[in-house]
Amino acid sequence: MEARFPGYRVLPYLLVFPSVAVIIVFLVVPFIQAAIQSFFQTSPFGTTSSFVGVRQYKLLFSDPSYARSLLTSWYFALIVIIGGLSLSLFIAVLVTRRVRGTAFYQIAFIWTYALSPAVAGVIWALLFDPAVGIGTYVFSKLTGIAINYTIQGTTAILVLAAAAIWNMLGYNVCFYIAGLQNVPRELEEAARVDGAGPWRTFWVITFPMLSPTTAFLVFVNTIYAFFQVFGLIDIMTKGGPGGATEILVYKLYRDAFIRVRYNYASAQSVVLFLIVAATAIFQLWVSTRRAVYLR
Amino acid sequence: MKKQVLYTVGLHATLVLILLGVAFPVYFTFVIATHTYEDAYAFPPKLLPGKQFLANVSEAWNRTNMGRLMLNSTIVAIAVSLGKIVLSILAAFAFTHFKFRGRVLLFPMCMVTQMLPLPVRIVPAYQLMAHFGWLNTYYALIIPYLASTTGILLFRQFFLTVPDELPDAARVDGAGPLRYLINILIPLSKTNIAALFVIEFVYMWNEYLWPLIVTTNPKIRVAQIGLKMLLTTERTVAEWNVIMAGTILVMLPPLVILIIMRRQFAQGIAMQSTK
Repeated sequence: MEARFPGYRVLPYLLVFPSVAVIIVFLVVPFIQAAIQSFFQTSPFGTTSSFVGVRQYKLLFSDPSYARSLLTSWYFALIVIIGGLSLSLFIAVLVTRRVRGTAFYQIAFIWTYALSPAVAGVIWALLFDPAVGIGTYVFSKLTGIAINYTIQGTTAILVLAAAAIWNMLGYNVCFYIAGLQNVPRELEEAARVDGAGPWRTFWVITFPMLSPTTAFLVFVNTIYAFFQVFGLIDIMTKGGPGGATEILVYKLYRDAFIRVRYNYASAQSVVLFLIVAATAIFQLWVSTRRAVYLR
Repeated sequence: MKKQVLYTVGLHATLVLILLGVAFPVYFTFVIATHTYEDAYAFPPKLLPGKQFLANVSEAWNRTNMGRLMLNSTIVAIAVSLGKIVLSILAAFAFTHFKFRGRVLLFPMCMVTQMLPLPVRIVPAYQLMAHFGWLNTYYALIIPYLASTTGILLFRQFFLTVPDELPDAARVDGAGPLRYLINILIPLSKTNIAALFVIEFVYMWNEYLWPLIVTTNPKIRVAQIGLKMLLTTERTVAEWNVIMAGTILVMLPPLVILIIMRRQFAQGIAMQSTK
């Protein structure tokens, strides 16, 4: 690229300075500090700090409640991602079957994304309140089973996942609608001419063509299920009952700000970073693979 | 032909049913917010609105000092959105209109914000706020949020589409880069500015974890934390009618902005996936 304003030596640095300063001071440096702190142990009054090597990590991986939290996080994220994306894709396919009204449906669905996880938490806490919730009422009428998410671990995970899927539904549906509109009609037509039924056409042509959208949504929903869901959990279950919904970010919050074990919490931060990095690399890998495939 | 019509009608009917299902939780929220405490505990639950809505809203408003919380949320969300717009325009302008040493290094650095969500740096970030004396101030709620990957990408992409003749003409007329930016480029970016404003306003209004840890003073807390305060009152049984009235207050501003600026919002979030 040629400079559109050549000869300015200092100005471009002044222009990027505010953004770069915020990123370095509030993002990069704190992350590096977390990584450093995870190798130290600070005394209870914060007066001295001594290097302890990988002790925090050893403690972490021998802590049964951390192993459980790790498992719960993946379990929860998988339900949110698989459940949420299949439902959204199904709705988006219905919407794009008929070209008319697509813009209307896009707006009619997107609004759930404007609600915060905390708001979604209050709403679903009401829906599944053991005493007054309409969800609880309908479920017991249909199955005869009394569900109570405040004392049953599995129920709690499933209600949280339902709330999370509902919260992200608008966002996912909109991206799938946009993605489906970009799939060239000719390809689907060609498959049909070759005798493929609609079901087969979808899985052989449409779904693979959607893989960049899917990869992007897997990334966004993973971030949601691992991090943003904090408000939902803090409002609904606070990690309970009996730790059944204590996903990684919630355990980190409790270890850092309630039990005040900063170094131990920092080790957890580093593990979380590795999870984010792995997901980002996965997304990049899927979307670039597709690009090569098309050329 | 008849089959075709039937198919279309069936399709739309299915979609409308799904939409009603998705909207139901919010409808039920509203219904409960319109009843008295006793009626909110009726079993089976009531499905039609009652007459207590305003009473519940004012109760929720007074109990948590919701006016103050919502004012704080508004100040913070607007300050962050505007700040992000200004900072990302400046950075995108530098990346698209100048050649400077370190550009290839600084640009990827502006993209790391998504790799470093709050939980991976939460303890040192909190300690930094304490060190600056920013706990319980607007500074803590605003300044750490001001850099925006989405914003830099959005404006960068737009600035790249502006034909070279425009800055060339400005240069010939003797206008410097800043004058060109303010008089020509920013007026051309109105749609992008609006798009970024909605997504960032909604995002910031809905932030929860950071405001929870950096504020303890009720005067500086935000509306989302008001929900937690409504839920944890001294009563053992939840007053759902009051809680849901408060929830409606908290969810309304981003919802209204989204509905008014739906086109810009759709355009803004579409930008997030095309990097």
